[in-house]
Amino acid sequence: MSETALRPIRHGSNLGQPLTRRDGILKVTGAAPYAADRHPPGMLYAVMAVSRIARGRVTRLDVAAAQGHPGVVAVMTPQNKPALAQHPDEKHDGFTFRLDLLQDDRVRYANQPVAVVIAETLEAATEGAALLDPAYEVEAPAVGLDGAEPYTPEAIGVGDPADMATGDVAAGLAAAARTVAATYETPAQYHNAMEPHAVVATWDGDRLDLDMPSQGLAMAQARIAGLFGIPPANIHIRSPFLGGGFGSKGMIAGPQVLGIMAARLVGRPVKLVMSRPQMFGPVGHRAPTRQTLRLGAAEDGGLTALDHETLTATSTFDDFVEPSGGVSHTLYAAPALATRHRAVRLDTGTPLFMRAPGEASGSAALEAAIDEMAEACGMDPLDFRLRNYAETEPASGKPFSSKALRACYAQGAAAFGWSKRPLAPRQMRNADGLLVGWGVGTATFPALMFQAEAVAVVRATGAASVAIGAIDMGQGAWTALAQIAAEELGLPIDAIDFRIGSSDLPNGGIAGGSAHTATAGTAIKAAATDAIAQLTALATQDQRSPLYGAGNAGVIARDGRLVRRDDETRSESFADILTRAGKDAVEGKGAAGPDAAREHYAMHAHGAVFAEVTVDPDLGQIRATRLVGAFAAGRIINPRLVRSQYYGGMIWGVSFALHEQAVMDPRTGRPMNANFAEYHVPVNADVPSLEAILVEEEDPHVNPLGIKGVGEIGVTGSAGAIVNAIWHATGKRVRTLPVTLDKLL
Amino acid sequence: MSFDIVLTVNGTRRTIPIPDPRVTLLDLLRESLHLTGAKKGCDRGQCGACTVLVDGRRINSCLALAASLDGAEILTIEGLAEGDRLHPVQEAFITHDGFQCGFCTPGQIMSAVGLIREAQAGDDPERVREAMSGNLCRCGAYAGITEAVLEAQKALSQNAPTTRQGEAA
Amino acid sequence: MIPFEYVRATDVAGAVAAGAAPGAAYLAAGTNLLDLMKGGVARPTRLVDITRLPGLAAVERRDDGGVRIGALARNSDLAHDPAFAEAYPAVAEALLSGASAQLRNAATAAGNVMQRTRCAYFTDPGSACNKRRPGSGCDAIGGETRLHAILGWSEACIATHPSDFCVPLVALDAGVEIAGPAGTRLVPLESFHRLPGTTPERETVLEPGELITALVLPPEAAAFAGHSRYLKVRDRTSYAFAVVSAAAALRLEGGRIAEARLALGGVALKPWRSRDAEGLLAGRAPDAAAFREAADAALAGARPSGDNAFKIELSRRLAVRALTAAAAGTPARLPALPGSVLAPAPEAAHV
Repeated sequence: MSETALRPIRHGSNLGQPLTRRDGILKVTGAAPYAADRHPPGMLYAVMAVSRIARGRVTRLDVAAAQGHPGVVAVMTPQNKPALAQHPDEKHDGFTFRLDLLQDDRVRYANQPVAVVIAETLEAATEGAALLDPAYEVEAPAVGLDGAEPYTPEAIGVGDPADMATGDVAAGLAAAARTVAATYETPAQYHNAMEPHAVVATWDGDRLDLDMPSQGLAMAQARIAGLFGIPPANIHIRSPFLGGGFGSKGMIAGPQVLGIMAARLVGRPVKLVMSRPQMFGPVGHRAPTRQTLRLGAAEDGGLTALDHETLTATSTFDDFVEPSGGVSHTLYAAPALATRHRAVRLDTGTPLFMRAPGEASGSAALEAAIDEMAEACGMDPLDFRLRNYAETEPASGKPFSSKALRACYAQGAAAFGWSKRPLAPRQMRNADGLLVGWGVGTATFPALMFQAEAVAVVRATGAASVAIGAIDMGQGAWTALAQIAAEELGLPIDAIDFRIGSSDLPNGGIAGGSAHTATAGTAIKAAATDAIAQLTALATQDQRSPLYGAGNAGVIARDGRLVRRDDETRSESFADILTRAGKDAVEGKGAAGPDAAREHYAMHAHGAVFAEVTVDPDLGQIRATRLVGAFAAGRIINPRLVRSQYYGGMIWGVSFALHEQAVMDPRTGRPMNANFAEYHVPVNADVPSLEAILVEEEDPHVNPLGIKGVGEIGVTGSAGAIVNAIWHATGKRVRTLPVTLDKLL
Repeated sequence: MSFDIVLTVNGTRRTIPIPDPRVTLLDLLRESLHLTGAKKGCDRGQCGACTVLVDGRRINSCLALAASLDGAEILTIEGLAEGDRLHPVQEAFITHDGFQCGFCTPGQIMSAVGLIREAQAGDDPERVREAMSGNLCRCGAYAGITEAVLEAQKALSQNAPTTRQGEAA
Repeated sequence: MIPFEYVRATDVAGAVAAGAAPGAAYLAAGTNLLDLMKGGVARPTRLVDITRLPGLAAVERRDDGGVRIGALARNSDLAHDPAFAEAYPAVAEALLSGASAQLRNAATAAGNVMQRTRCAYFTDPGSACNKRRPGSGCDAIGGETRLHAILGWSEACIATHPSDFCVPLVALDAGVEIAGPAGTRLVPLESFHRLPGTTPERETVLEPGELITALVLPPEAAAFAGHSRYLKVRDRTSYAFAVVSAAAALRLEGGRIAEARLALGGVALKPWRSRDAEGLLAGRAPDAAAFREAADAALAGARPSGDNAFKIELSRRLAVRALTAAAAGTPARLPALPGSVLAPAPEAAHV
């Protein structure tokens, strides 16, 4: 690493360089292929008909009308769907979600697929689906957090316990000089990646060829294999580019499987692309939450207790429970700490991981509550956070593997100008008389590691390739992972045939949990290290090599050569080493996964987000005029791409605080704003000023590369900072998100 | 009801059969002409991913009936670069990291090209942000997009006095 | 969408003849019609393409000092026509506050007037809607109603008209020029859109086959150029329909209001002009008290149609704000964020 650090910054391949995206030209010329862009010969179009009711049965489908529409080839219904080898409701593990694959006539949420029309043209398939005009037997749906009886889930998130406690919360609250108790609500949100879920499926006997956006190729392959009763190796999924995922493409979605079934039914290639309104149902969402926080603080502002209770929702037929309380386990040093999660079963699609699942909703509530306690203590909200800075993880007692949060607070505050903030609310106005407020929120996200494998090949021709079934959904894997490959192989980045995004490559794991660069990167590093070790063995054991006997001093790989560490005049090219050894190539294999260090350390990225809002005092309209985030996330592979990840996360924070919410009709359980005109996400004019500070942090424990992950942390902290800034501008604590203008009137 | 229309697509005049009057410009481009750069993000004029230039103006191709555009000149993302030479807007999007997943990018870029032609925003970032607000980016690349538009506009005004192909209308 | 016959009209008479057939609809840019067809809300069996009708895209100054806006004038062309924007700044501001640049580049003036409500129960064919299917009921009532009407609604329909453009137009006494089987007629925009009453399916006064050929602003409308604003409160900084909007125009003489115009958007199934408010303002000094009285008068008959009582007070405050802004004078250049109540972000910050 020291060799790297000493090199001057250049537009090169090394870690830490701000390379522009290697897939940039493909993306700016429209040449990057997304699944729906494919057109295999003979392809038909499939369009889903989806349920307009949230609960009940489909009693009639006008199949004849659809079938009679010119161009319609087939109508797939529960009656004629191809047989599956597994029932779609069979669960095998926590990552298997129940799917709606026309198994029967039951409707368990609005926008559930009830039939698929396959036609020669998109227009015919679309109208055919409309002509099905389903009739229903409607049952009263359970809608909203008060719509059903709460229960204690067996697990939350991906297997954590629903309840956790350390210390005596009741005693802590009783002993407190000041207490705050407040309830916050966050709405249902839908991922809404710009690219709707799509699949282009081609069967050849029992072999299956798929173009399909997927955040986890091996898992998708395994799920399809199980459903169709074919070996995983028979399935080839191409997913070189995802038009965003945010968690919703982590598991194969029901509609994608329906496209595969449709292709099997008609014996021709089929393309199925979801419409935007159909995205509000079968492809996951962030569940609504109602979070009650009770905080106690001593005279000096030190927390005495923190109690964080979450009520959220899952579907009637499957379990994913938004783990909102998790952030309270790690952020503030409360001697007594308790979190509880309860859930209700509603007639909705099953919720799913959505960018910072748990952390985003939990942080929005926790950061607001912390702000309320700072106010109660008469303290500056940043000072209050520093006063309660956790030196070890409060819930586990473990030391942090690294934690540069103090530096984040300091650098963010300096860049923002926080020291000029008046303590009391409603003190600042701009030149036009609009209210101005400043708020802060702490960002945090766990540094996870999943499992992945990679292969690195160095050839006697001098060529090299690195292959891993990794995924680029916009975070920049095509670039950042290639940088790691180039670094570890000691080759210029463009000298490597770098391949990702296909299921016939080694299992790259899942692009999620902000862990993909760390996981896939570690596997690549291991594979490259293995390849270099094989080259080293060949050279240092061969008397004809200038590197012979370099064992103790060791060699390093640089610019396609092995170089003696203690004598740079002695080196040999990879090609020469292999040629002399009579080998065509060496193939290095590598794997990555969580290691034992995880048992000893709490591993999290941290950050501080500072927000300025402008609020019209009479009309309530709000704008987040300035956001400064300072984040420490271990080693940064590519600062240009990382900054973009932070910006994106912070904009999701704006969206969380001000815009996003699925509006459900309480009578029908139908989302009434299932489109991009009324389901608001921020537009360009909503985010006039963003700054992201990349705070230095070295973490020797988290993984061999020292990477913590940056994809999700920006969402956390941001929503709270904005809500707190709105309070500072107006003096109003709005505890039901998003903060729309009517709540400020 | 089948008929032909004539479109000039990325500089090439072509007669295109319209077998079904329901086909939109976006579906015609993507499914018949296999120009898949323009994307379908909503199909309802709510996201801007399908933005192309029609007779030099940026529009949402998902809400334009192909039949109605008989005779029009269409510029899509595929026709923007001149050979290997990227359009300044394309270059600036790469430099400023004005995209992540890339799905909205063709629409963003065509919208930016249209915006620069409209010449209403000047070098005011706030006007650029407003004028680019018809292009949603769920990844949140707005800061880079705004920077890229401003830089490309500057480059175009300094370096390219000649009209570019497809922008002569 | 259902298959339809595509007919390209070459003259107005031909268009009217083709458009009079049952199931026919006129197609201009299609930004609203195609949207509705894709959603299954509109299912015309014949589309009469009027985009090639000659002479209908022009913006013409008339000898009497008025202006005739051709039905096919694109929203952006109209807003960026320097002479038009100077004479009718609130109209230009309203146009540019609406939709997106792409939609404004396509959408026509008459299409804007003809756009249908955004009521989610209207746009969802699975819901009961008296407008879509007369007599089927109104699922909006008792449903999600945050953005629904506070003025002029009925038990049959509580939807609002979404246009920005129409709000200053109605304030400025615009007329709608209509060609039909029986010839041409001019209807005040104020009476062009119908309140729902018991027949919400009848949205305008257009008879079958009738076609808007132009919008006309009378000579007096330009007299307000120095004191006109359109302000629009919305849930995003841009690219969002109005929660409520207001067009205010004043003619000041000797420090007093000689004549006032005030219309509200997003409050009713039509652009809502308040002649009561205008009457109260005439002869008054342009001060906060007068504006507040006018706003109270404009909202006098308002009542919530659901969870939208906030819109009543919001509308009052916005009316005051728009009148205040109009009194302060039309800005020399349209604001960077047209129609926004928020000033531009200070550019000391980052791009």
